[in-house]
Amino acid sequence: MNAAASKPASHLTRTRLLSILAALAILLIVCAAAGALFGSAHISLARAFSDPTSPDHAIFFGARLPRVLMGVIVGAMLAAVGTALQALVRNPLAEGGILGISGGGALGAILALVMSAKLGGGEAAVPLCAFGAALLSTVAVYRLAMVDGQLEPFTLLLVGVIFNAFWGAAIMLVNSVVNFYYAHSILFWLMGSLEAPTYREAAMVAALGLAGFAVLMFRARDLNLLSLGDESAAELGVDVDRLRRTIFVSTSVMIGAAVSVSGIISFVGLIVPHTLRLVFGADHRLLLPASLIGGAAFMVAADLVARVAIAPAEIPVGAITALCGGPFFIYMLRREGRRPLSL
Amino acid sequence: MTTTSRDTAAAMRASAIHAGYPGVPVLHGVSIEVAAGEMLAIVGPNGAGKSTLLKVLGGSMKPDAGSVELFGRPLASIDRREFARTVASVGQENAVAFRFTVLEIVLMGRAPHLGALRFESPRDLEIACAALDRFDLRDLAARHVQELSGGERKRVFLARALAQEPKIALLDEPTAFLDLKHVAEIFARFRELCTERGMAVVATLHDLNAAALYADRVLLLADGAAVAYGTPVEVLTVENLRRVYETEVYVGRNPSTGALIILPAALPNARG
Repeated sequence: MNAAASKPASHLTRTRLLSILAALAILLIVCAAAGALFGSAHISLARAFSDPTSPDHAIFFGARLPRVLMGVIVGAMLAAVGTALQALVRNPLAEGGILGISGGGALGAILALVMSAKLGGGEAAVPLCAFGAALLSTVAVYRLAMVDGQLEPFTLLLVGVIFNAFWGAAIMLVNSVVNFYYAHSILFWLMGSLEAPTYREAAMVAALGLAGFAVLMFRARDLNLLSLGDESAAELGVDVDRLRRTIFVSTSVMIGAAVSVSGIISFVGLIVPHTLRLVFGADHRLLLPASLIGGAAFMVAADLVARVAIAPAEIPVGAITALCGGPFFIYMLRREGRRPLSL
Repeated sequence: MTTTSRDTAAAMRASAIHAGYPGVPVLHGVSIEVAAGEMLAIVGPNGAGKSTLLKVLGGSMKPDAGSVELFGRPLASIDRREFARTVASVGQENAVAFRFTVLEIVLMGRAPHLGALRFESPRDLEIACAALDRFDLRDLAARHVQELSGGERKRVFLARALAQEPKIALLDEPTAFLDLKHVAEIFARFRELCTERGMAVVATLHDLNAAALYADRVLLLADGAAVAYGTPVEVLTVENLRRVYETEVYVGRNPSTGALIILPAALPNARG
């Protein structure tokens, strides 16, 4: 209809949204297929399907598929949460792991695990406590980083560092007073892993994740407006306080759910949104679902590397994401320092 | 102080506004009225309360006393999205956190007209493109706002306000740090909007000559109170300005157009 409208990247259209998501979905399918087919052992897909008693069947359906499924669920949630948190604090360096929110969630999960063994509690206690502790961390980090009504980017990151150290110490404290049986689980939470979830757990976590994501999607346009600042967003009709509370709760539900099955997996929520934003632009109506799919693909790929890199031994997947994420974070920090508004 | 009462319903009316920050009262009973199609300039020295008054009018600051009415309705009774469809504000700072394109920023002005999950319709795009055209931004549509100059960026935010299709525009120093050409163009555009759409414009201005040249009415503020309120000729007098700015001024006429000219007058021994 006119020159500006016909330029492909000048704004988001429904067609552009759907074609990008379709392309990312294909990438995810490729990653998931690779994740299911390859691993430390060679398996025959034909035998896995034809012979239910074969080891191939047991590996494919009992180990690989649940693992890929968990990677999809956890990666999707962490990346989407990263995108939402970055929009909330207007800083591309924000992420659940870096801000200490995952750490809080992990402490909540560990306490719930130890307590429910002593006092008896439902299996919902672990994700519920992880959610509560994550929410508490989110609100605390946000409030502490607020200086004169302004969210200071570097104060925010420093508060995150301190929270990480604090939660880590608290987890170590719990670790040293409980018996050996729990020590392994605690290590698992600290390292981050996609090991040994049941289909039941996976379904529960996926349901919580989808609920949280639906809320985020509903607020995607408001998150765009928030990029202009609280005051401008309010002048465009956004109830900023309510938006903030909604994002606090929905991201905490998602982080709590993810942490309760996979522990602390950092940097996924940083690398994936940043890369997608660089390629596809900043509109959160695209960025949120793109992070969901892209995060799933990234996590499945990272987990495949974790399983085959030093096979038959295995690297915790959280170590892989942190090994990629650390240098990536430094690179972004340097970039941010130079051009404060450019990401 | 001059006040003329008019029969036409005011687009926006503020009565006896007292406002400020905790422990720091800024405004002491300021009243204004702006009619559709009219441009009101708020002038006065630094710290006079110009921006605070604009914040009260824009709803982002609650007055401690007094009332604001929008087309005869109290501000408190108007839903925030409806308010955003009626009143557009452009502040002094226009930082954007992520790399949005110019067109994306301008399309954000359509948000108060759209449901949460609705995409912009072709009509929304048309409105946004017309706003780009009016501020001569069409060629920059696909650029990221971070790459633009200060003047270009200011125009992007004015275009965004225009895309809201407001009946009232509140502009905080719209031409600060801009060169002569852009100052003239921005005021020309808003004068057009006043005439074409009956838009009411309220702008805080440091530039007294711009206020004299473009505004229908001027409110001269000092220490949070109105010193004078009326037409530029009534308000921008040597006596008023000398009193408020505490310096000597010259007020004359442009010999070719007859427009008011306001200049600082050199003190007798300023040049030795």
